[in-house]
Amino acid sequence: MAAPGMASAAPATTLLNASYDPTREFYKSYNILFAADWKRRTGQDVKINQSHDGSGKQARAVIDGLEADVVTLALAYDVDAIAQRGLIAPSWQSRLPNNSAPYTSTIVFLVRKGNPKGIHDWLDLVKAGVQVITPNPKTSGGARWSYMGALAFATRRNGGNETKALGFVRGLYHNVPVLDTGSRGATTTFVQRGIGDVLVGWENEAMLAIDEVGPGKLEIVRPSMSILAEPSVSLVDKIADKHGSRPLAEAYLRFLYTPAAQDLAARSHYRPRNPAVAARYVEKFPHMDLVTIANFGGWQKVQAKNFADGGTFDQIYRPG
Amino acid sequence: MADAALPNGATPFTPRPDYWRQWRESSALPGFRLAFGFTLFYVGLIILLPLAALVARPWEHGVSGFFDAITGSRTLAALRLSFFAAAFAALANVVLGVAVAWVLSRYEFPGRSVLDALVDLPFALPTAVAGVALATLYGPNGWIGAPLLSIGVKVAYTPLGVFVALLAVGLPYVVRSVQPVLEDMEAALEEAAQTLGASTWQVATRIVLPALAPALLSGFAMAFARGAGEYGSVIFIAGNMPGVSEIAPLVIVSKLEQYDYSGAAAVGVAMLLISLLALVAINIVQVAYSRRGER
Repeated sequence: MAAPGMASAAPATTLLNASYDPTREFYKSYNILFAADWKRRTGQDVKINQSHDGSGKQARAVIDGLEADVVTLALAYDVDAIAQRGLIAPSWQSRLPNNSAPYTSTIVFLVRKGNPKGIHDWLDLVKAGVQVITPNPKTSGGARWSYMGALAFATRRNGGNETKALGFVRGLYHNVPVLDTGSRGATTTFVQRGIGDVLVGWENEAMLAIDEVGPGKLEIVRPSMSILAEPSVSLVDKIADKHGSRPLAEAYLRFLYTPAAQDLAARSHYRPRNPAVAARYVEKFPHMDLVTIANFGGWQKVQAKNFADGGTFDQIYRPG
Repeated sequence: MADAALPNGATPFTPRPDYWRQWRESSALPGFRLAFGFTLFYVGLIILLPLAALVARPWEHGVSGFFDAITGSRTLAALRLSFFAAAFAALANVVLGVAVAWVLSRYEFPGRSVLDALVDLPFALPTAVAGVALATLYGPNGWIGAPLLSIGVKVAYTPLGVFVALLAVGLPYVVRSVQPVLEDMEAALEEAAQTLGASTWQVATRIVLPALAPALLSGFAMAFARGAGEYGSVIFIAGNMPGVSEIAPLVIVSKLEQYDYSGAAAVGVAMLLISLLALVAINIVQVAYSRRGER
């Protein structure tokens, strides 16, 4: 957790990137890629330090004083929270292309070999006798994407009728036997402990799980539609200025959009934004009908309506 | 707890009002001022300061905001679960812990020291590791969970799972507070009682248990307080269903996850108050008990 705290006249040569859990492997390789490129262009050696934890926890750590020059988090809401405390410029999301989300993912289903329960779309998740594993949206950024994916499907299916859409989501969560606190925890419950018929979660986590247990034991099912999950990145203005690391930090984030980095993202199971790279990986990431969080009015609105205390998620579990 | 050991095992016979003079005399070792100053400073730094920061936090939305935060049905259910599960687990640990401590302190058998060391393991184990292990063991497909499920007992992902996790967490507290007392207790005392015609039951209830009671109470208090606040080991086995198997620390975490710092602190303060009341009550019982012993 040690932050590079040396403010000096010379341009900074270290960065701290505060990220969330599933990006560990990606940023490990990305940092090497970036450092090599930076050295080639400027002759300067740079050192990138990483810190990983749950997305919300990382945002709170930065708010409470973790001196991260850049944050690469699971959802814009967490970056917004830092921005609201004045550490990041309010316009952060428009500073980089694609809503400052250089790679994306989506919510898919992971089922057991042969798909014994015949799960093909969201509707199959509310069937009696189907156990769905997904983490708690109150504590997991990934779970919030899953929840909104289900809501997006139900809203479209019910012609925009909100009550009916929420009824569907309620039915889905009635089939959830355990609410893990994070995405990794839910994956462990499903994969290692063998609980449940379907895991609803990040596409990149699903692919990682298949990598880990080997082929032939799990299958990915892509529903008829889902949500475009946009993990967001930003410079932390106050801290970068304090460290004098702004040029380096900006270059670090911009480099995420280069073909080389996009290719690495694709290999790390994130959907690349770059069309040429995406075309190369179209088999790995088939086209899906994806709605964005903007369809729901953005994260601030979505959070207040659904995940704040007394929101739609709480109502699901209200007795009676 | 009992007064600090005095030189030669002497008890100062000065009556209570003479407090001020007792200050220095109570120890044969010099350096009282320094040690006392350090104690105050250290307790303040490590315990009081963080607690003060916590207590100062939840008032952003006034007193009503504080009560709104802790009286939601979800929060109340979680508080109930955390404290009741902790109390029941601590109670069970008092019974089981005495049995373990008894065996460890009164019998010699091969592997005793290994067993003795094992008792401390829950202290050393990262709680998350314990939680994952328990969830695997007691899960629907686990070694213990599967047979139990076949007779209709669901442990993991129910409030019972919370109890099981707290059982594991609390055991060393009871064993470690009871064991030294048992080891110091003269076996001759029990033998004497027996030669005077006391039955085994009488020896246990009249001789052993009264001597153990203060240690049992403090063991119970520690296991209870620790259990109520336990997060890591419980979270994996609880199931975390709002209103059913969601523990109070998780409510705090989910409030933090919404950047609701004052709400999170409010629940924290509520937990602190409940624990404090419980500990004070236990202390009163303990003091009353030791007074009775002095007479």
